Amino acid sequence: MTLLLLLAVLDGLAYAALVFMVAVGLTLVFGVLRVLNVAHGSFFAIGGYVAATLGGAVATTAAAPWLALPVLLVSAILVGGLLGPVVEKLLLSRIYVKDHVLQLLVTFALFMILEDVQKLIWGVQPIFQDAAVKALGPVEVGDIVYTRYQLFLLPAVAATTLLGLMWFLRRTLTGRVIVAVTQDREAATAMGIDAARVYMLTFTFGTMLAALGGALASPTSSLVPGAGVNMIVLSFAVVATAGLGQIEGAALTALLIGLGRSVAVYFAPEFEVVIPYLIMVAVLLVRPYGLFGSPELRRV
Amino acid sequence: MGRNLTLPTVLGIALLFGLSFLAPWLKFVFTIALAKGLAVLGILLLLRAGQVSFGHALYVAVGAYTVAFTRPVAGDVLILLPLAVLAAGTVGVLVGLFVTRYRDIFFGMLNLAFSMVFYSLLEKLYAYTKGTDGITVVRPSIAGVMLERVPYEWTMLCLALTLAVGLGLLARVFLASPLGQALPAIKTRETRLEFAGISAKRVLLVSYVASAMLAGLGGGLIAMTTLHVTPLLAYWTHSGELVFIAILGGGGAVLGPFLGAVVFELVRVYAAAAFPDAWQMILGAVLLAIILFASRGLWGIYEDLTAKRGVRS
Amino acid sequence: MSGALLSARGLRIAFGGVKAADGIDLDIAEGEFVAIIGPNGAGKTTFINMTTGYLRPQAGTITFAGEPITGLQPRQIVRRGIARSFQIPQLFTEHTVIENVALKVAAHRGFWHGLRPLLDRPTTAATMAILDQFGLRHVAEAKATELNEGTRKLTDIAMAMALEPRVLLMDEPTSGVASAEKFDIMDTLVGALRARGVTAVFVEHDMEVVERYADRVAVWSQGKILASGPPAEVLNDPAVLREVIGVEVKHAAGGGHAHA
Repeated sequence: MTLLLLLAVLDGLAYAALVFMVAVGLTLVFGVLRVLNVAHGSFFAIGGYVAATLGGAVATTAAAPWLALPVLLVSAILVGGLLGPVVEKLLLSRIYVKDHVLQLLVTFALFMILEDVQKLIWGVQPIFQDAAVKALGPVEVGDIVYTRYQLFLLPAVAATTLLGLMWFLRRTLTGRVIVAVTQDREAATAMGIDAARVYMLTFTFGTMLAALGGALASPTSSLVPGAGVNMIVLSFAVVATAGLGQIEGAALTALLIGLGRSVAVYFAPEFEVVIPYLIMVAVLLVRPYGLFGSPELRRV
Repeated sequence: MGRNLTLPTVLGIALLFGLSFLAPWLKFVFTIALAKGLAVLGILLLLRAGQVSFGHALYVAVGAYTVAFTRPVAGDVLILLPLAVLAAGTVGVLVGLFVTRYRDIFFGMLNLAFSMVFYSLLEKLYAYTKGTDGITVVRPSIAGVMLERVPYEWTMLCLALTLAVGLGLLARVFLASPLGQALPAIKTRETRLEFAGISAKRVLLVSYVASAMLAGLGGGLIAMTTLHVTPLLAYWTHSGELVFIAILGGGGAVLGPFLGAVVFELVRVYAAAAFPDAWQMILGAVLLAIILFASRGLWGIYEDLTAKRGVRS
Repeated sequence: MSGALLSARGLRIAFGGVKAADGIDLDIAEGEFVAIIGPNGAGKTTFINMTTGYLRPQAGTITFAGEPITGLQPRQIVRRGIARSFQIPQLFTEHTVIENVALKVAAHRGFWHGLRPLLDRPTTAATMAILDQFGLRHVAEAKATELNEGTRKLTDIAMAMALEPRVLLMDEPTSGVASAEKFDIMDTLVGALRARGVTAVFVEHDMEVVERYADRVAVWSQGKILASGPPAEVLNDPAVLREVIGVEVKHAAGGGHAHA
């Protein structure tokens, strides 16, 4: 019983770290562009597939096992750097002035397209590549043998991302510029800030975060069609529970939902998928704008 | 508003029957199309209020599974269909009380979340739902009469058509009523509705429950036509299809959903077989093209064509 | 004051340290036309927002016909007989003028009754009567987006009147309207309100309009009522001129001059 609980907590932390990576990208993009990108989950899945493919290539030619780790980051940068600007320029930049239903429909259409792109490239059979987990090896926590990858690397990456983002947005000039555009695009433009560029950079960065989440997830569970939709729905639940646009809130909520889910995995497996949404509905019933959200954001 | 829909409706019905005589397997396709058209009619009510639900497959599935669950105890279409509508309506009230507090992004995504939760429950609660295997539905009787396959299919097509025409008319009356006219007002000036003493949330809830019931009815018809239900009915791709058909058909008139659904199902029969792994991609690309270049959908194209020829009523 | 129809006592509200209302007492008698004037940002619109339930005062009470309405929802307040119009007209942009007003007529007469069309005979007749009164019949079938500012203002007010209120609160009925039109609009408007025996409160920047149409002027400055009385008296009060109107008179005169 205690063993199971410890296992659930460890799993929950690792899972929360992954969910946070995706959710923070979603919330950041929404905060700046005011577009909720339904295709964000696809970037997560594509990041995972690319990482698994590259990881496989590295593992077979294996100069050194640790190379599997930087491959994860490289995959995310590749996916985000290529897909992000293309999607932003070709699609999103056309719809910033349209109403929200159309924006949702456009990103939903993109999501439909990207889901099949994955099937066409990687097929429908599960793909699994755990070279990165093996490279770091196991660790003992009490009586449990756990992976170093999940225990240390995933939470460390998530924490670094959170602190890095907070520092970046509050302390650096570029960060301040992004915040300025978020608050008032016209005023920012009047000050000579290139809002279009801020939008593109933010979107690209958000895409990289989703892809990094997928890349980091790929060595811990196999990739199957539908990974993208599950992740967009879950990360939306996190973002909605926290309040749209809330970065620190997303971290806390990811923890809450991650732990809730993994406890369910061990103690009520049928309801694993339901728990995150029960948490979301419970929070939204009491606080309609999320734990850290405010009413103004709702109608934007 | 004042456009006369009688002629296109009669022509459409004649075409459906004619084609079904020529190619009997089309009966099945058309019945499914009309069932989906009913669900899309529900989506249309919400689109009028500027809201889009990415989770209405939930109600289709509730309707379909209601039929599958109750078929062993109640074996007649005339009992099963109202039950499907009732079940979908009940779920619609419960979920609707929650989601109608929200608009736009939250509305769309919360609906998606609810449908995906239902999907995974259908998949995981194997003891009740038989998981991904799904449940086979024994062909029910119609008004106490057990029919053979062919007359059953004809009857189901006629039933679907009757429901489509009847509910299409009802939807038209609803959209012209104060309640229906308040829907676009939610889209444009919700606060002003509140200042008129009208609760926008209640207006939206009424439409939401109506849309859930329409989708449940569609789901019931689907279960009784395919005679097999699986969790896929609740999957997001299915919700996406409904939204797609609504946009394809165009929100201009109540015929749009049915026109869109028939075209969609006909194309799907061929395309989905030819490109099983690229079907969503094709849908997504067409959806983008419609949104960006022909926002009034097929019905809009029809209107433009007939308007040019001066067939205005 | 016991005879007041609408009565505010000790209203307070502040936005991030700015006191928009700092102990407001105001009584409006039945049938009165009261103008609220004052510098920008003084809290005049806030008064309308608090009275119609859009904002909740942090302290104080508002009573209407002897009944407290503080903290009620907008739609509960409107049902009791207080309607409002907006500085920027809030029309339903997907509807025509007649539909805009008819929605309000339907809202007032029972919105949830059955599936008869919005523009059925009784609703259409009631709507046309209002449109006639506001001189809007000729634009009945126009889309709300096709109107000029003056017509939009009138439509906005006609929509409020469709609710058959006892009190109408108007936020700058002539702002954004061409100076040549403003008296026409005010004549139409005041005529319609008087004909229906409606009590009116309007926030206004144009002193010519205030002088001509208000029975009484309340001067709102820094969250307080600085003075209140007949226009001739208040508008010539040196304290009021100095504190509040100085800039505004010049502004109004300048506007008029430019036009002439």
